[in-house]
Amino acid sequence: MKVLSKIYTGLILLFLFAPIAIMIVFSFNGQQSTAVMSGFSFRWYEALADNARLLESLRNTLILAFSAAIVSTIMGTAAAVGIFRLRKKYLRVALDTVTNIPMINPDIITGISLMLMFVFVGRLFGLANKLSFWTMLIAHITFCLPYVILQVLPKLQQMDKSLPEAAMDLGCTPLRAFFKVELPELMPGILTGMIMAFTLSLDDFVISYFTMGEDFQTLPIFIFNMTKRDVKPTVYALATVIFFVILALLMLSNLFDSETSKSLKEAKKKKKAKKQAI
Amino acid sequence: MKNRNAALRRGSLVQRLALAPYSFWAVLFIVVPLFFIAFYAFTDEELHFTTENMRYIFTYKTDENASLPFYVTIFFRSFKLSAISTVICLLLGYPLAYRIAHASPRMQSILITVIMIPMWMNFLLRTYTWRMIMLDKGILNTYLGKLSLGPIHLINTEAAVIIGMVYDYLPYMILPIYSVMAKMDPKLLEAARDLGCNGFGVLRRVIWPLSLPGVISGINMVLIPSVSTFYISQKLGGKSNRLIGDEIEDLIYYNRNLNRAAAIAFVMMVLLLIFMAILQHRANKRAVA
Repeated sequence: MKVLSKIYTGLILLFLFAPIAIMIVFSFNGQQSTAVMSGFSFRWYEALADNARLLESLRNTLILAFSAAIVSTIMGTAAAVGIFRLRKKYLRVALDTVTNIPMINPDIITGISLMLMFVFVGRLFGLANKLSFWTMLIAHITFCLPYVILQVLPKLQQMDKSLPEAAMDLGCTPLRAFFKVELPELMPGILTGMIMAFTLSLDDFVISYFTMGEDFQTLPIFIFNMTKRDVKPTVYALATVIFFVILALLMLSNLFDSETSKSLKEAKKKKKAKKQAI
Repeated sequence: MKNRNAALRRGSLVQRLALAPYSFWAVLFIVVPLFFIAFYAFTDEELHFTTENMRYIFTYKTDENASLPFYVTIFFRSFKLSAISTVICLLLGYPLAYRIAHASPRMQSILITVIMIPMWMNFLLRTYTWRMIMLDKGILNTYLGKLSLGPIHLINTEAAVIIGMVYDYLPYMILPIYSVMAKMDPKLLEAARDLGCNGFGVLRRVIWPLSLPGVISGINMVLIPSVSTFYISQKLGGKSNRLIGDEIEDLIYYNRNLNRAAAIAFVMMVLLLIFMAILQHRANKRAVA
């Protein structure tokens, strides 16, 4: 039974990783074929580095992801704080429902619903370019917001409520109590939310595709246009680069995670020791 | 005390101010755009009210002898292929989620990370690689030929689309089921066994009902993106396996018929909502029983 389940796990992982392995191997193909491996070369990587439009779309993607992550993190954190304190139940249910919509709706619905609105407003004001960097940024902020809120809310629930009250009793203004006491407690959730927002924005194709302007192309859009024709192994080279960048980022964040959890554990131990000493 | 009350009152003002930007944003960019889908679905190019788009979707036939209207067959195919993919994902993913949930904590975190890595790869590139694998003169057939096994015609078939969907969305099935199973109390399983349940009985009477919330969110997370996909069907299904997403994309980018695209999207949204409501209702019923 044990052996069987190991074989099973292995087979699923093989299924998940076979295409990625194939991409990596074929990115070093000496020939132009995407089906037969013959020879070894870096020529597809060189072709990649020479591609000015690729580099531009990479830059665009990063600008967009940074902007969307920052705005959605600030607005989402504030929203989570507000939602958490809401007393009126119906308001809270309404807000929760609305927050869930972008996560449940298919991307294509989110994308075209925003596009239709932008086109309508553009028509109303007689604009020639109805879609632009700004419409795309609005769309990205919109689909990132729920994820930030869902990362911050549980941290608020876990937090000791008496902490900010104590701070206010000791003379802090509510705002000061928030920044000095609550915000540091929420930080892990806020950071995770921001990283999620950043990666979601980085990787989004469908919503970007429907809300993009002609002059602002992101990397997923570039890939989409690139794969419209049957192409050279350059696609594989690009995929390989992305794969290893992601792998490195994952390892870094894992390292960061275990470091923070370690220091958290140590801090807790110290707290306990202090309590016992008292 | 007076001071504190004043501070708390000021606190609620701060709280309202904190919530204001998001409330405004959510209404303007989440709620209102959805109404625009309905608005465009029921208007013509001049934005006058009409039900013509809906009539067209449910009656237009490419040739007179076709048994079903064109868009109805597209809807039917989308739901058929994504339902098959969802079932395959469930059958493949459920045992794996179970196995991961019962591994050592270290092994659990390793396996979950490994399963998430492909999700971080751009999904266009993952799907495109499957095209390269499946082409008639692609990687699979080249190497099958070398082993003198017959060529398999996969590309532009329904099977190819299903493989693509299963590949892209399998992790979305595994992860929610795993997270529910990891929280399950192992004592419950022991108790069931002690009370005379055999292996299958434990699975059917204890594990499965308790894992239902994970199964439902897994089903939603696989079905919803595969029903609405257009890239997978374009790259792996070719012209003969077009799905709802392909028609919407075509209408928007090539035919510039936003109203008909909105009408199709509207119908898809309603069908998905009905499906999710039924699924949730069934699960609630079972939970009560």
